[in-house]
Amino acid sequence: MMTLQQQNISDNNFESCIKCTICTVYCPVTAVNPDYPGPKQAGPDGERYRLKKPLYYDEALKYCLNCKRCEVACPNDVRIGDIIQSARIKYGRHRPSLRDSILADTDTVGTMASAFAPIVNFTLRLKPVKLLMDTFLGVDDHRTFPKYSSVKFETWYNKHTAAEQEKFPKKVVYFHGCYVNYNYPKLGMDFIKVFNAIGIGVSLLDKEKCCGVAKIANRCIKDATRDAEINLKSIREAVGNGMDVLLTSSTCCFTIRDEYPHVLKLENEDVRDHVSLATRALYRLVDEGKAKLVFRKDFRKRIAYHVPCHMEKLGWSIYSTTLLKMIPGLDFVRLDPHCCGIAGTYGFKKEYYNYSQAIGEPLFRQILDSNLDSVATDCETCKWQIEMSTGLPVENPISIIADALDVEATRKANNVED
Amino acid sequence: MRFDTIVIGGGLSGLVSAIECARAGQKTAVVSAGQSALHFWSGSFELLGNIDGRPVIDNPLGRLGELSEDHPYRKIGEEKLRELLGKVPGIISDAGLKCTGTLDRNHMRLTPLGFLKPAWLTLGDYVSFAADQPFPWKKVALVNIYSYLDFYPRFLEYGLKKRGVECSISNVNIPQLDTLRKSTTEMRATNMSRILTDSAVDALAAEVDKAAKGADAVIMPAILGIYSDAPVERFRNRVSVPVWFVPTTPASVPGVRCQLSLRDLFIRLGGEFLPGDTVKGGYFEKNRLRRIHTVNLGEMPLEADNFIISTGSFFGHGLIADMERIYEPVFGLDLNVTGGRTEWYRKDFYASQPYMSYGVVTDSHLRPSRKGETVENLYATGALLAGFNALKEGSGAGITLATALHAASSLT
Repeated sequence: MMTLQQQNISDNNFESCIKCTICTVYCPVTAVNPDYPGPKQAGPDGERYRLKKPLYYDEALKYCLNCKRCEVACPNDVRIGDIIQSARIKYGRHRPSLRDSILADTDTVGTMASAFAPIVNFTLRLKPVKLLMDTFLGVDDHRTFPKYSSVKFETWYNKHTAAEQEKFPKKVVYFHGCYVNYNYPKLGMDFIKVFNAIGIGVSLLDKEKCCGVAKIANRCIKDATRDAEINLKSIREAVGNGMDVLLTSSTCCFTIRDEYPHVLKLENEDVRDHVSLATRALYRLVDEGKAKLVFRKDFRKRIAYHVPCHMEKLGWSIYSTTLLKMIPGLDFVRLDPHCCGIAGTYGFKKEYYNYSQAIGEPLFRQILDSNLDSVATDCETCKWQIEMSTGLPVENPISIIADALDVEATRKANNVED
Repeated sequence: MRFDTIVIGGGLSGLVSAIECARAGQKTAVVSAGQSALHFWSGSFELLGNIDGRPVIDNPLGRLGELSEDHPYRKIGEEKLRELLGKVPGIISDAGLKCTGTLDRNHMRLTPLGFLKPAWLTLGDYVSFAADQPFPWKKVALVNIYSYLDFYPRFLEYGLKKRGVECSISNVNIPQLDTLRKSTTEMRATNMSRILTDSAVDALAAEVDKAAKGADAVIMPAILGIYSDAPVERFRNRVSVPVWFVPTTPASVPGVRCQLSLRDLFIRLGGEFLPGDTVKGGYFEKNRLRRIHTVNLGEMPLEADNFIISTGSFFGHGLIADMERIYEPVFGLDLNVTGGRTEWYRKDFYASQPYMSYGVVTDSHLRPSRKGETVENLYATGALLAGFNALKEGSGAGITLATALHAASSLT
């Protein structure tokens, strides 16, 4: 028999909120922007009013970073961030602007930019172009754009390694994401290098679209849902063939696992456990004795790990940090849990740029004070933000492992044949 | 993933036992499902403040014979309690907090509603004084921040006047705080404390100094120093009379400070803190807990030689009550609950409520049982335990800390 309480549970259990305000204590936006009403008010409190009358929707909800730190802090398991994102989608009165649509459509923009990468990279760094984008589009002129790659990762993969990957008896599927495809194929190559060294081949999805995080944030929900459905279809096919789908981006991973069901309302329970982060899967293989990593003896670096917000929400940073600490020459530094402030496309927008930098300031200061060679993190937009704001190189843990790995010795330890 | 000890629960009890395990060189992890009841902290720890409705001042640990036989203090015993609780000021100090008080004698603390209550330890900047002394100041300036609603100077005035203290009440403002008033719900202690650093502290100090003219001391809401003591010290140095703080409505500034400071100490000692994760259950083998599963880590379990469960009482979801039953949701541990719903409570709201003393039953080592069988490598601590009414006794923090240290001492 269902009890009264059970019948009253809503989608994002907003009625479990006891108004303790602890979420607001840990909100990075509230700390710097007084126009933001704070997660309690924007989330469960506001929801009570919005359910009565949509008129009560407050446009200031746009200031939410969707970092989910409110949800990590909540003692009552209220999905505060999901309530806020869902309210923005349901009640937001303004259509996404041209700028927002461009920033959100990573696949179209990435494909075009890759085709003309040298020109695009050159142009996007010109001061007059930045000023024009600032004035006419509202993309802040202080922001450094990630460089586009002239060869897409998918193109490189199909041309140079697809056939070789077929030879491995065991395989995983790599969801590379837009950043690896259009901007930084090296991370995808590092992923292949590491997994091949332990005797695992790497396939790609039949069809991969942007995970949709930027479209969700910019309220292009129809497009996000269409892309998500294509991704889920390909993921189901891969899982059906007995393969796990691994990612190097914590945000893409979080979006597919949690935002698809919670925000886009797309069922993924059948495949969710098979979508995982590269470091988590690699740690598991090592922990269960199914893979051995042998590292170079001459690797010497002092590296700090930054926990991206969506990684904090996933709860998986322990896998990345444990792997990094396995590297003998790596002097590991732990950074305090702090949002870097960029939140995907948020920090590109002129009206948010200053908040974005103010949010990240304590993190930048700690990084600059720590005498580091580089920073490790599992999120590409954290990488852009920290590189731009500290001048230090930032790499995915998979790239650091690839760099520190003694490939020949690792292949031998895992009995990988040529 | 393997650890020596895994602590379930990241509040005061969980963190303190985890700190002691990590300090002893154990590979230790804390799994914390959301932030803890420390965010409601008053700035004082109580040890044993009342027996049968009468305040306890002298030698509280000498009064254990008056408590029920299954009380956690009696399981540990007076001598061991002295040893364990003696470590607390050192742990608090290692975390970077300063407090005053002794085990031999309770002092009095000032509550936000103007009452005096016995306490064991109180943060250095919060109003406390020796129980046999009169209130330390004759003329007090009660200073609030303009439009801040979570501090009640009239109640304090009422309480202090009864003790012959002359009070003035004033509201001050500085332009730096105006930004918070844009949204009426955001004028809160923790939000103010994030703004009150550096020059904002100086500006506030100048206003408070004016309001304090002629007073022996200033009493203010606890709105300073959420991340460190620096703003408090800076502020006190710039006001010409001594400044003391009184806790506010949650979220509490000293509570957040204490939570973060203990967490940071644990991490500095090499501990792994897993925030925002919930333990779903465990796998038992021959009365030993072998591994646990969490929501976030999914099919990858956490293994350990020993486990400590410090998930709190009803408020922390360590105990769940539905229409039919009360249960411990993680492992289904045995409880001291008797009878059906109507026997859980008394109709007189102010009476000692039976549900307040419900919790996990343990042996003298604080090891709980499942279906009558003791789990040999699991220890229960803090508000989750059975056999006491923290509210009526004024004993919550003392039990939380003593049991945490008792469990840790069995493991280290």
